[in-house]
Amino acid sequence: MPAAKAPATSGRLRAWATRAPLLPALIFMITVTQLPFMATLAISFFDWNALYPDARRFTWFANYSEVLTDPDLRASVLTTILLTASVVLTSLVLGLVLALLLDRRFKGRGIVRTLLIAPFLLVPVAAALLWKHVLYNPEYGLFNGLLHWIGGDGAAQPDWISNAPLPAVAASLVWQWTPFMMLILLAGLQSRDPQLIEAARMDGAGDWQVFRHLTLPHLRRYLELGALLGSIYIVQNFDAVFTLTSGGLGTANLPYTVYQSFYQAHENGLASAAGVLVVIGSLVIATFALRVVSSLFREEGSRA
Amino acid sequence: MSDVRAKGAKSAGLGLAAWLAGILFFLPIAWMTLTSFHSEEDAATNPPSLAASLTLDGYREFFGAGGGASPWPSLVNSTVASLVSTLCVLVLALPAAYALSIRPVRKWTDVLFFFLSTKMLPVVAGLLPLYLFARNTGLLDNIWLLVILYTSMNLPIAVWMMQSFLAEVPKAVIEAAQIDGARLPTVLARVVAPIALPGIAATSLICFIFSWNELLFARVLTGVVAQTAPVFLTGFITSQGLFLAKVCAASLVISLPVLAAGFAAQDKLVQGLSLGAVK
Repeated sequence: MPAAKAPATSGRLRAWATRAPLLPALIFMITVTQLPFMATLAISFFDWNALYPDARRFTWFANYSEVLTDPDLRASVLTTILLTASVVLTSLVLGLVLALLLDRRFKGRGIVRTLLIAPFLLVPVAAALLWKHVLYNPEYGLFNGLLHWIGGDGAAQPDWISNAPLPAVAASLVWQWTPFMMLILLAGLQSRDPQLIEAARMDGAGDWQVFRHLTLPHLRRYLELGALLGSIYIVQNFDAVFTLTSGGLGTANLPYTVYQSFYQAHENGLASAAGVLVVIGSLVIATFALRVVSSLFREEGSRA
Repeated sequence: MSDVRAKGAKSAGLGLAAWLAGILFFLPIAWMTLTSFHSEEDAATNPPSLAASLTLDGYREFFGAGGGASPWPSLVNSTVASLVSTLCVLVLALPAAYALSIRPVRKWTDVLFFFLSTKMLPVVAGLLPLYLFARNTGLLDNIWLLVILYTSMNLPIAVWMMQSFLAEVPKAVIEAAQIDGARLPTVLARVVAPIALPGIAATSLICFIFSWNELLFARVLTGVVAQTAPVFLTGFITSQGLFLAKVCAASLVISLPVLAAGFAAQDKLVQGLSLGAVK
């Protein structure tokens, strides 16, 4: 009997030995990310203002209905969607154009690539400060300086951030995220099959036809990946909103609103409910993102 | 003949367009660099003064010459938080990635995707409990709390990246070494490490960048003592007087480590940022 048992035990032992290296990382991740979220979920059911801790009580879904009916919070949901969609789409289109330009041989390609990546490698707070003070400032910012230069003394000197707060925030984010999209799409372009394009050219296909029928379908997954990863990062953006407008002028997105409602208004319950809603929104995006990543992953696997 | 020439002209035109785009995207940074070397008076003119004389006053001011707060404590804090958290990430991610790629665990993709899903949980989802926890345990304004949080922030990306780098080590090479009688540590040191090392280095650089850049956790969970460089940068602007050259100098100094790390990791940047999905 022991003889029959031994292989089973050693098999189980070996199974554990292969899993053991995973455990520290897994346990660490579960503790640091899942536990706080559970706590957020629990707090979201309480009416709890940190300034009046004794008045804390269980309120079921009251926080959620308050979050969903509060005009400010509803506005911040809309702002988040607008900001994320506009930044992701614009930087994706610009990134595609730049990737197509860089996917060709020309003098100084390496230098141009480096110049284009630089915006992505600026600390986000520094980039936001650069746009706010160095570019947008109505009195001495570069934009109005250039207008002055071109148009002379009578040139228009708009106050960029006050006139168009959300596009102003979006523009600074597009500038930082276009290089990211370009890098992903460039990798996509370089993974095309050159023989296929050669064959299409032999058959008399023009540039546009090659792009429309070969390049674009091949890039679809890379476009999706760029859009989804970009969304995950930009939905969570805090730095640009915090620095450029401090959430004023209708630019407060959900992360900023959550930050403000507990850090400044001390409304713990409301902040948690808003946080849970952000998570639900992110989960919807994440489900799609995971599907795209896993399909790309399988493709890479089958090619290898 | 004319066809070839037309093609050459078009190619040159597209190359020129690429150069123009590159210069346009870099212009704000170039302008920021130039402004950082101008005096405050020259920095704040309209139209801009391109040819104004250069000075290091902006940098001197930033480093506390004008009686302002010194940036050094925050730079040290950022360095500690970024380096130590990156080290922790390596210690946790390397064995995990090894288990996932070289000795595949059953259902290994599920484990990988669990790691990825935690990355998609927004930071704000756990911010309040973490703040309450830190306040009640006296960890508020403590740099080691940031080290733990930055480790958790970067661990999923690191596991994914390293998994994809380790998967590039041919299995046959490892098996051959094992047949020759090499033990696991030897295999890791002599066979796996040399092939995977560039990837591991790139992973570390990317983790360093993300930690260095982080603002929300640092803003909420630190105060005076554990303040990091990005927090220092947001608090550094005063509403009085001219500060443009100083801001430009500060932004550049604080971005310098990220620019260096980013250019060093340039070739592996895409693979890392796309979680190994794009090579």
